[in-house]
Amino acid sequence: MGVGGTHEAKTTYREAMREALRQALRSDDRVFLMGEDVGRYGGCFGVSLGLLEEFGPERVRDTPLSESAFVGAGIGAALSGMRPIVEIMTVNFSLLALDQILNNAATLLHMSGGQLPVPLVIRMTTGAGRQLAAQHSHSLEGWYAHIPGIRVLAPATLEDARHMLAPALADPDPVLIFEHGSLYNVSGELLPSTAPVDLDHAAIRRPGTDISLITYGGSLPKALAAADELAAEGISAEVIDLRTLRPLDDAAITVSVARTHRAVVVDEAWRTGSLAAEVSARIAEESFYDLDAPVERVCSAEVPMPYARRLEEAALPQVADIVAAAHRAVD
Amino acid sequence: MSLAHPTRTRKDSAPPKAGKRTTTTRGNGRAGVPSGRGDTGHRTDLLESMLRIRRFEERCVELYSAAKIRGFVHLYIGEEAVAVGINEALTPEDAVVSTYREHGHALARGITAEAAMAEMYGRTTGCSGGRGGSMHLFDASRRFYGGNAIVAGGLPLAAGLALADHMRGQPHVTCCFFGDGAFAEGEFHETANLAALWKLPVLLVCENNLYAMGTALERHEAQTDLAMRAASYGMVAWAVDGMDVEAVEQAARRAVEGVRTGTGPHFLELRTYRFRAHSMYDPDRYRHKAEIERWKERDPISLLTDRMRENGELGDDALARIEQGITDEIDHAVEAAEQAPEEPVEHLFHHVTSSSAEAVH
Repeated sequence: MGVGGTHEAKTTYREAMREALRQALRSDDRVFLMGEDVGRYGGCFGVSLGLLEEFGPERVRDTPLSESAFVGAGIGAALSGMRPIVEIMTVNFSLLALDQILNNAATLLHMSGGQLPVPLVIRMTTGAGRQLAAQHSHSLEGWYAHIPGIRVLAPATLEDARHMLAPALADPDPVLIFEHGSLYNVSGELLPSTAPVDLDHAAIRRPGTDISLITYGGSLPKALAAADELAAEGISAEVIDLRTLRPLDDAAITVSVARTHRAVVVDEAWRTGSLAAEVSARIAEESFYDLDAPVERVCSAEVPMPYARRLEEAALPQVADIVAAAHRAVD
Repeated sequence: MSLAHPTRTRKDSAPPKAGKRTTTTRGNGRAGVPSGRGDTGHRTDLLESMLRIRRFEERCVELYSAAKIRGFVHLYIGEEAVAVGINEALTPEDAVVSTYREHGHALARGITAEAAMAEMYGRTTGCSGGRGGSMHLFDASRRFYGGNAIVAGGLPLAAGLALADHMRGQPHVTCCFFGDGAFAEGEFHETANLAALWKLPVLLVCENNLYAMGTALERHEAQTDLAMRAASYGMVAWAVDGMDVEAVEQAARRAVEGVRTGTGPHFLELRTYRFRAHSMYDPDRYRHKAEIERWKERDPISLLTDRMRENGELGDDALARIEQGITDEIDHAVEAAEQAPEEPVEHLFHHVTSSSAEAVH
């Protein structure tokens, strides 16, 4: 189910990610995949299915449920010249490895005076929407975006799922990739020729003139749906996909707001101390005189994510919430 | 023969008796075991290496009191035999991962007193360019990976360094130093499991100095027999008199040889003691003076010096020459650090990422 065929076939986000992993493993002997259930099970979310058979247990390496040890081992292997891709099942579990990510991966280069770069990629799922309750559903990528020394990516499209991994591996520093769980089954056509993603820049997913909807990851489809609804009402919404949460592409935000004069930030994390808070603050700092209305934010309700479907839906940003926020800014 | 050293030998926190090695092992490890060189020249080298660490740190105390160096400074005084003895068994291609009490490991590994002292001063000529200080000494060229100030935080790194060597078929060993306090951290147990499961070429070196910061071993561990606990992960583990540099070297050579044969991680518990407080900030109210004095009777430097004197291998003149050489070396290191440039503030954002020479948003 690769993407390189002559006929355009439907590809899922999951398959696009798998193809990116396959290419990485094929093209560089230093690359190996390591994490919980990545081998025999085929990946907790099916992303690495078949890779064990193709590359063997040395390079597609099942680990114990020891987040700190296998993330730290990834750092050590990276220090020694390998190019590990470490998979953590969810961002909630990554907290067990936070010491290694923050105190080692992000700081070794600086503490060593530039001697010890850590060329490591860590992938994990994030986000809610699948009734997995409060220990499998949170969106903590904003916490990681707080940390200097690492790059934080949030592929939201098939193209980014397929083409962000190669430049992430080429980065000499640690890169965290957050894959929203609700995106894995998204499907579409993927052109085989798409170039590697420029990891320094946000993308305009839909141009517009009346308002900027600024988002990333799992909220992108919702923002695009909201833009469709707004277009039907005659409101032209520009949708910005941040793609890289650290370092943030300030210029993309500033230029868009200068054009639209209004902004809604959509972020599935909790509002307090969120990436949405950071983006809003930057708009206030850099685009204050361009604004015709206060910046709006659409975030998750400040509760641990509930299991019950109706409550989970109520806690999450929905298309209607984004449309309502846009109306508040425009009206 | 027990799996590990009997706990009762440590109940009263008494030092091991002179001349009576506490080494125990899982099996008969004598056959084919490489030992230390055991000749006069070699013992002189061991003595000089231990004295360099001791005098370096004594100077650090003075400089700290004079406010020339700052931060948390954790002294190794009393534990020198461990760093020196273990290092004898390692090659330059092997890797070393260390803790925040790493001056001894760094100097034994060959980081010069000059580079280490400049780091204490936070100068650009320091072995970490002034970004690390006392707790974060690094030298990539010597495969010396810190300098880790989170207890047990270096253990997963060591597993990864070993994994890389293992995957590439390199015959190198990764040696990881940590203290008895690390046994209370999950990272020790996660790493021991992973390393034993994957048969990684790691030498785990526990410096059991009986205190995790200010908390005594029996007050922080439910089971104080550390080698036995390590052995429970399926690795060869034994305890060694950490005050006798030659005993340490002998054990280290045996353990490193075992690791190199591909049988997976080995564990050494070095029974040692720090004569100073946990750090320069620590008033050391939790230990009895008598206990410290008892351990000082087995000062690793005196122990070796006495042995060499008894054997007629060391005279006053020779010792004085060694001492003078080290004094000159450290004088020079301090002078060089005093005169070394301070990094301009414009460089603040250097080394945040590999490409960052300016502020990164």
